[in-house]
Amino acid sequence: MHAPASLLPLVLETVQYGINGQALIHGIDLEFHPGPPTLVLGPNGAGKSLLLRLCHGLISPTAGRVIWHGLAAQNPEALRFGQAMVFQKPVLLRRSVLANMLFPLKLRGLNAGIRFARAMEALERVGLTALAQRPARVLSGGEQQRLALARAWALGPQILFLDEPAAALDPNATRQVESIITDIAASGTKIVMTTHDLGQARRLAGDVIFLHHGRITERTPAGDFFAGPRSAAAQAFLNGDLVW
Amino acid sequence: MNTITDAFHLALNLIWQFDAELMRIIGLSLRVSLSAVVIGSIIGLPLGAFLALARFPGRHACIVVLNASMGLPPVVVGLVVYLILSRSGPLGTFGWLFTAAGMVVAQVVLITPIVAALSRQVVADLWSEYEEQLRSLGLTRLGAIATLLWDGRFSLSTAVLAGFGRAIAEVGAIIIVGGNIAGVTRTMTTAISLETSRGDLALAMALGIVLLTIAITINAAATTLGNAARRAQGA
Repeated sequence: MHAPASLLPLVLETVQYGINGQALIHGIDLEFHPGPPTLVLGPNGAGKSLLLRLCHGLISPTAGRVIWHGLAAQNPEALRFGQAMVFQKPVLLRRSVLANMLFPLKLRGLNAGIRFARAMEALERVGLTALAQRPARVLSGGEQQRLALARAWALGPQILFLDEPAAALDPNATRQVESIITDIAASGTKIVMTTHDLGQARRLAGDVIFLHHGRITERTPAGDFFAGPRSAAAQAFLNGDLVW
Repeated sequence: MNTITDAFHLALNLIWQFDAELMRIIGLSLRVSLSAVVIGSIIGLPLGAFLALARFPGRHACIVVLNASMGLPPVVVGLVVYLILSRSGPLGTFGWLFTAAGMVVAQVVLITPIVAALSRQVVADLWSEYEEQLRSLGLTRLGAIATLLWDGRFSLSTAVLAGFGRAIAEVGAIIIVGGNIAGVTRTMTTAISLETSRGDLALAMALGIVLLTIAITINAAATTLGNAARRAQGA
């Protein structure tokens, strides 16, 4: 389902972001290459969600640049349609589950047969086939988030940003969501995800970016990070005594 | 007191017998006001959505003017439309003065700002809920107009109903533009106005009862159906 050419790597060059002169993200340099999921950790207010939105292009940096270096990134349409994001609170259209799946596929100009096939395939992968005709807004929180993930997955994005996708879910729904995320990653999509659930980060992460006060204190392979983070802030965070 | 009860009895009689004149008046009222609502909504809904989403210099002024236009005085609108439709006016060639079409034009002018202003608010609220997701899926602000109008359909039905309420109850504009000609441009409100001043309170009262009933029934039905649909969608 991938376009032949790649959008990645995604490179952030001294990206800053502020509101009303107050800097919230300070000179961040980052690169994202294809590979296992990257987890963005940090205390509340560290700027995790802002970082994802900057990468995804929902907000523009006040200084610095967000650059897509892949060959496919020359094509604005590939750039727009090659990435996707799922939010903490799923935003579903006031339509049926299936209509929610078909909507972005139609934006991508796919014909009706392909749209339907892709939508149903993705719904099956997240276990929502039986609910296809149900109005999306009456689903449970866990089902809504699975639908949001399926909707993003059906687009076959090269990179998928997940902002606390399981923050509001019970343990069972969280497990289902994690399993879907693992499957998406296995299908070749680069996952960049925030969470404040350390257990979840351990289960999913290939590497960890730790964010504190809008700065990256370290980026470390997951195993090393959880064995003993290099930065003092991350150390304190893992010990549960990071003072904000 | 007697006048009122007598008039009330006569009124019920007229309604009960499906009085031909009464039915013609009711039919014309509904035709004019429903046409005006359809046209006013076709213009007003996208206009409201556009003002909610587009960013251009002068947008704020447009919104202020639009909101103020919700309270346009019907007689003034009637007068202006009269001048425009009159023989020497810019649209005089259509010959719409003193016709149902002319009355529709006047009511469209009255209700389009209501539909547009109310739907602007609905669409703006919905956009703030959907913005990140829709932009993430690759939609632009203006590209989202159709999506937001459809997803706001339950709330927008209130805007359309408000327009209909204004149209069906309004007398000032259509009595000037239509002229209240029996059998041609006589509607419920213009007839009530005329019959009251002529002293035929029974017919006026009958029309008043019908007008109230229609207005309440349509609003109640629309609200009930809308709420049921809204609940079913979990919206």
